Amino acid sequence: MIVAATLNGHTFVDAFRFLWDDRSFVGQKVLEHVGLSAVAVGIAAAIALPIGVWLGHIHRAAFVAINLSNLLRALPSLAVISIFLPILGIGHAVVVIALVVLGAPLILTNSWVAVDGVDPDIVEAARGMGLTPLQILLGVELPLALPLIFAGIRTAAVYVVATATLAGVVGGGSLGDIIFNQPTYFLSGVIGAALLVSALAFAAYFLFTLLERLLTPRGLRHAGAVRLHEEEPPVVFEAAVTS
Amino acid sequence: MTPLLAGGGPVIPNYGKATGCIANDNAFLCPKWVQEHWGDTLQPALVQHVYLTAIAVGIGFAIAFLCALAAHRFGWLAPPISVFTAFLYTVPSIALFQVLVPITGITITTIEIGLVGYTLLVLFGNTLAGLRSVPPDVIEAARGMGLTRLQVLRRVELPLAVPAIGAGIRIAVVTTISLATVAAYITPYGLGKPIFDGLQIDYHTEYVMAGLLAIALALVADAVLVLVQRSLTPWRRARA
Repeated sequence: MIVAATLNGHTFVDAFRFLWDDRSFVGQKVLEHVGLSAVAVGIAAAIALPIGVWLGHIHRAAFVAINLSNLLRALPSLAVISIFLPILGIGHAVVVIALVVLGAPLILTNSWVAVDGVDPDIVEAARGMGLTPLQILLGVELPLALPLIFAGIRTAAVYVVATATLAGVVGGGSLGDIIFNQPTYFLSGVIGAALLVSALAFAAYFLFTLLERLLTPRGLRHAGAVRLHEEEPPVVFEAAVTS
Repeated sequence: MTPLLAGGGPVIPNYGKATGCIANDNAFLCPKWVQEHWGDTLQPALVQHVYLTAIAVGIGFAIAFLCALAAHRFGWLAPPISVFTAFLYTVPSIALFQVLVPITGITITTIEIGLVGYTLLVLFGNTLAGLRSVPPDVIEAARGMGLTRLQVLRRVELPLAVPAIGAGIRIAVVTTISLATVAAYITPYGLGKPIFDGLQIDYHTEYVMAGLLAIALALVADAVLVLVQRSLTPWRRARA
């Protein structure tokens, strides 16, 4: 599968030449890549956000939110694909499932930690002011938790964009079609497509950072009002994946 | 001729992969194949995978640990190292492996260089975060008791950083197990080999079984590391 390629300065020049010369084809692959990733992140968020936020709100199921998530996170994406492949067949569905399995735990853990970790004094004050539990959740806890929640979605998006490359192994529909096909596109094409995947991952990172800024209430932007409990297992992991 | 058709079924060519299983209409998982090929395919791949992961995380940790110590002592080192490890992390793995092939060939070295590179971000970040998370009061107290800087590091800062370092190693291990399956696309080694072999000939049992083994390996490794970490930090258990 891997041909004996040579690597020199020209290879990198050729990488950019490939991207420019085949721009309509490459553009199509980029769109497919983004579409696949967006669907996966969307599904992951739709599943994980409500669960994480609700469990954090009622301060329950720490074990599920953290350990089950860690368990799912540990699953190798290619292995997940290979197990679902005989059931679902070649195509996008099997890749989306693997990407959701990759992304959802990150979003679940972060949203749980974010909401669970909102300063109890603030929640107490809100309750004292007569806010209902739903008002507390929507008006107090969620705004305070937003930065960390978004950190989770952002990390998931970066992982998903990078991993969507694996679609190239099972039926295609992403930049992986180029990266996993060196005999056709040569090493220069592989490098060019890889640069695009990196660029997309960075773009996803900055997009969600920007969204977070826009959605964070102005009063909180530099206040650092989100204080976590002292015992906070996933925060290290959070620091690790976003730094 | 007659004996072949005597069974009444169609004549199915034997690809030498699964004598008792190919007639089984490419089932999701054919136990007989697993039984026959455990010794020559699955078990060696599993052992190879463990080696790949252990070497990558071992070397990665050695590098990251030294870098983190240096960055902890000389704070100005931290940003450039962080940026560099983050940069390494963003390079798509499968492309990096292919770029390395003209330099290091289709070898295990090629895979390991890539795998080590991907562990650095998490291992460096977590080790440094762990060292920095030690409360200044604690260090002050240790200094006041007359401990030298090196003693503070060895007997106060490092033990207190163990949970963060352990979390980093856990992430690094499961990430490496995952990446190593993909790496078999370049150098056929580890559990990725039966996965790609199975995909190539569209034989379900081979890649499903290898996938299951990769998942089992990741889960077992994660569980073992949790236990090791617990035994290294008895004070956390006592407090909880």
